[in-house]
Amino acid sequence: METILSLKNLDKKYGAVHAVNNLSFDIQKGNVYGILGPNGSGKSTTLGIILNVVNRTSGEFSWFDGKLSTHEALKKVGAIIERPNFYPYMTAVQNLKLICTIKGISSEKIDEKLKTVNLYDRRDSKFKTFSLGMKQRLAIASALLNDPEILILDEPTNGLDPQGIHEIRQIIQKIASTGTTILLASHLLDEVEKVCSHVVVIRKGIKLYSGRVDEMTTSNGLFELKVEENEANLLLELEKHPSILKVTKEHDIVIATLNDTLTASEMNSFLFKKGIVLSHLVKRKPSLEQQFLDLTNNN
Amino acid sequence: MLRLLTIEFHKLKYNRASKVLSLIYFGLLTCIALIAAIKFDIGPIKFHLAEIGIFNFPYIWHFNTYIAAILKFFLLLVIVSMMSNEYSYKTLKQNLIDGLSKKEFILSKFYTVIVFALISTLFVFLVSLILGLFYSDYTELAIITSDLQYLLAFFIKLVGFFSMGLFFGILVKRSAFAVGAMVVWFFIESIFKGYLFWTFKDSENTTEKVDGVMQFLPFEAMANLIKEPFSRLGAVRSVASQIGETFSKSYAVDFSTVVIVSVWTFIFIYLSFTLLKKRDL
Repeated sequence: METILSLKNLDKKYGAVHAVNNLSFDIQKGNVYGILGPNGSGKSTTLGIILNVVNRTSGEFSWFDGKLSTHEALKKVGAIIERPNFYPYMTAVQNLKLICTIKGISSEKIDEKLKTVNLYDRRDSKFKTFSLGMKQRLAIASALLNDPEILILDEPTNGLDPQGIHEIRQIIQKIASTGTTILLASHLLDEVEKVCSHVVVIRKGIKLYSGRVDEMTTSNGLFELKVEENEANLLLELEKHPSILKVTKEHDIVIATLNDTLTASEMNSFLFKKGIVLSHLVKRKPSLEQQFLDLTNNN
Repeated sequence: MLRLLTIEFHKLKYNRASKVLSLIYFGLLTCIALIAAIKFDIGPIKFHLAEIGIFNFPYIWHFNTYIAAILKFFLLLVIVSMMSNEYSYKTLKQNLIDGLSKKEFILSKFYTVIVFALISTLFVFLVSLILGLFYSDYTELAIITSDLQYLLAFFIKLVGFFSMGLFFGILVKRSAFAVGAMVVWFFIESIFKGYLFWTFKDSENTTEKVDGVMQFLPFEAMANLIKEPFSRLGAVRSVASQIGETFSKSYAVDFSTVVIVSVWTFIFIYLSFTLLKKRDL
């Protein structure tokens, strides 16, 4: 598989603060990556380094197997960092034309990309008249102008209202479905969970995990169970079962965490034989949020 | 190079403040021609500026470049703001992310400075040529084309001055403060000059010694490129000789001064680049 970006032992110190600590990971073509981490964990600094705006203290990174210099590589990348930065006195189209000149591409795709992000009607309005959501959408349009090999998004929904968040997510999902490689930094887990196939988890600049989302924890999953009556009996039977690690209660739902494989039908027939009739049975993987908290707490 | 200029002029083209200031600047350059219209006619005293020889070739090259250089402050505001705006709009960061290298970024600004200086020089050349052809007593080609080095000095002076503006724009990141910093530097140079005069006050030829040191400082070097033309004027000289004063000053464009200003230009641009490279955005 083609490697688009590779980081090796990347380090960044701001005085005494060690923002990025010996970070290494690879980005393969065609996957959707999430960089997860609490605020101040070094996500934006890492992206700043690979995007040529932050100087690294030590370590290496290379684009496209080192075939291109960083600024040449960036012409094939689409990136938005934190807040959208454009010239306020220019219109949407004028701003995008400038970016086409910088990237050295023709400006014929401007209309198409403005339509993708639903800004075509406002194409001749000045940037300073845009709302934050529109600014963010224009930023996405600008990042798509060159049909990038990889799209890098840093907190794309930060500061947006729910409608804005929804719009941006739909756009991201649409782009992801076309097979574009995406690197998405966020502290919003459901955001990452919805679109990403791979994650890199960092905390205080240190990598805790990198790999597929569903392999993040070695969990066998868990059951959500509910009965109409005789709940004490249910809890008692569950605790006696050898495949069950622990039993907890969230409101009126009993959560049984597994330490071994156990199918839903096996569970159902086991409880039925014990004379317990369930009104609710769901087997699922732990949420990304749960996995993330487990990971960041255990390390 | 063309790509970098296109990028920069795209940024300037839509900026109303820059457009207005540039228009005022080039408008004022044209207005030098209006000096020709200055005429006093008070009874017995008749005074027509155009007829006392300020538009004679080759003196006009000296006079007009000197006057035109005063107007460079209008363009300085454009230059400083085109640099500091990139910081305040945070578009510098976006430019780099979009694939402009830091070197290209500085070069795009520097090329723009050169283009502005070139257009100004061309403008002054044309205005002076036309004025001269109208009012000059001598219009032989050999006389017209003599002393054209003042135009070169004018060009070098503008490039040096605007490069300084670029450097302060990137150093201070705010247009108003950047211009302020340049003014402060100017005062420091003046104070330093005063200090030198005081230090050398007891030695012989104080002025030569002071100038020997001062010529290396940027503002002084830029001022030395085109020396004041007034005391060179025939009318002024005849008045001066009547009161027993003679001027024995050289008005020529010194090659050494051209070199000094060019070196400063290089220093300012290189420092801007180093600053940009070292900074995290």
